[in-house]
Amino acid sequence: MKTIRIGSGAGYSGDRIEPALELAEHGDIQYLGFECLAERTIALAQHARLNEPGGGYDPLLTARMEAVLAVCAGRGIRIVTNMGAANPLGAAREIARIARRRGLAGLRIAAVTGDDVLQQVTAGDFALLERPGTVASLTGPVISANAYLGVEPIVEALRGDADVVVTGRVADPALFMAPLVHEFGWPLDDWDILGKGTVVGHLLECAGQITGGYFADPGYKDVAGLARLGFPLAEVRSDGSATVTKVAGSGGMVSLRTCKEQLLYELHDPTRYFQPDVVADFSGVRLEQDGFDRVAVSGGSGTARPETLKVSVGYFDSFMGEGQISYAGAGALARGKLALEIVRDRLKLTGVQASELRFEIIGVDALHRGGSDASYGGPRGDRPDPLEIRIRVAGRTETIAEAVRIGNEVETLYTNGPAGGGGAWKSARQVLAVVSTLIPRVQIRTAVSYEVA
Amino acid sequence: MKLRELAHARTGDKGNTSNISVIAYDPGDFAFLREHVTADRVKAHFADIVRGTVERYELPSLGALNFVLHDTLGGGVTRSLSLDAHGKSLSGCLLEMDVPDTQHPNGEVRR
Repeated sequence: MKTIRIGSGAGYSGDRIEPALELAEHGDIQYLGFECLAERTIALAQHARLNEPGGGYDPLLTARMEAVLAVCAGRGIRIVTNMGAANPLGAAREIARIARRRGLAGLRIAAVTGDDVLQQVTAGDFALLERPGTVASLTGPVISANAYLGVEPIVEALRGDADVVVTGRVADPALFMAPLVHEFGWPLDDWDILGKGTVVGHLLECAGQITGGYFADPGYKDVAGLARLGFPLAEVRSDGSATVTKVAGSGGMVSLRTCKEQLLYELHDPTRYFQPDVVADFSGVRLEQDGFDRVAVSGGSGTARPETLKVSVGYFDSFMGEGQISYAGAGALARGKLALEIVRDRLKLTGVQASELRFEIIGVDALHRGGSDASYGGPRGDRPDPLEIRIRVAGRTETIAEAVRIGNEVETLYTNGPAGGGGAWKSARQVLAVVSTLIPRVQIRTAVSYEVA
Repeated sequence: MKLRELAHARTGDKGNTSNISVIAYDPGDFAFLREHVTADRVKAHFADIVRGTVERYELPSLGALNFVLHDTLGGGVTRSLSLDAHGKSLSGCLLEMDVPDTQHPNGEVRR
């Protein structure tokens, strides 16, 4: 049975650079995918492009391509990435420049466009997901709207002999499923096989999260070599089954446990995982250890693709102000609580209007809030006081001036607050938020264009 | 006994919704997890965090439960005031949940 080996070179925009090179040099792969576009990243990129025309693609695009392009071109490894962000055409031009500089004349780079639906979404009546209202009812200006595209334009680019395919917003698994559809000729209405392909893409898209990253818990789940974590590759067969592994000798591990955690990562109903190309069903996925650092994946299915695509809408929402300061030694917790009370009073006295405020103690209740005393085996007071804590005050405001006030009222604890407050830090910023809506598939027009080095 | 003794967990986020997988170390403990780690208990455990509903999905072939926590991330990672806007640390908080001591098939009592 025909097998394709496909690697995952990045799981988010800021991810490590070298593991992708290790995959290209030693992974014996034919494709290398890079997933670098989180929910908000494209809105930030759109904003960057407004300030700097020609920009708007991933800030690490150049570094990643400088690292792998020559090796990939030399070995015929084709690259698929969403590092085009808000500007796939600009990204393709940049990759072509790098290719020419490195003597890779003739390298063919495809840019996928059509995910930008700002015009459609601002002109129409689009209900928000997860909260009431429509896109038009958002308080701040809308600056981006990008639909999650599926595999079709990427497959078109691969058929067009692209060595590198650079996209904007596409569904993350599509970056990995598109090469499979292309190589195996999977029909785009074979929901069962597309469900299996989605499983493979989903397992690969977060890179190191399936090879031991985001996993280690000393004494319970030990992982060796995280400083040189190897990124995953999958050997995929034409029937959609696959084996997940990594380059021998790299750090990390591929085990049933790492694969189970990643299979369920960011999943809601496992029988209905909505993708642009299929509604995938992960409930029948089978995982089996198939040798050292090798896990065999089979099963998975799907039903017909949805008629709408998810759209991430970026808009300016509000302002956020924050301040932090630390206390240590006996009584640190009591001094921290006093500090929070002082800031609470000061924000009232000075008339800072905030629609939402958090007063919390890092090391005590910042992550699990109040927690549940019962579930922690008794009242919080039963636990010994920590010998160092850090307080944090964060608030949402309508003006930048008020956001600044929040951090200032924490910082002034230096000379006006409890004894021994140190390491104050503050920030104030505008919030570029992302909400989601759905767009009918028929309103999307994708295009593929080519740059040749 | 803490849930941590029986299961591992991972948090993911999409918009304002968090999901936490709870996966039995020993698939033989799946029925025990299904009995004791209910959607109601998870909602109570995160009483100060979850503002929406909690749904539970079962994946017996993986020995896993998947919890979906709606309206949990302060408006989502892009808007949340939380120190951990993604809610990635919630998996560790969930493993602090108390479950009854259980006898392992080999006779050893785990607590």
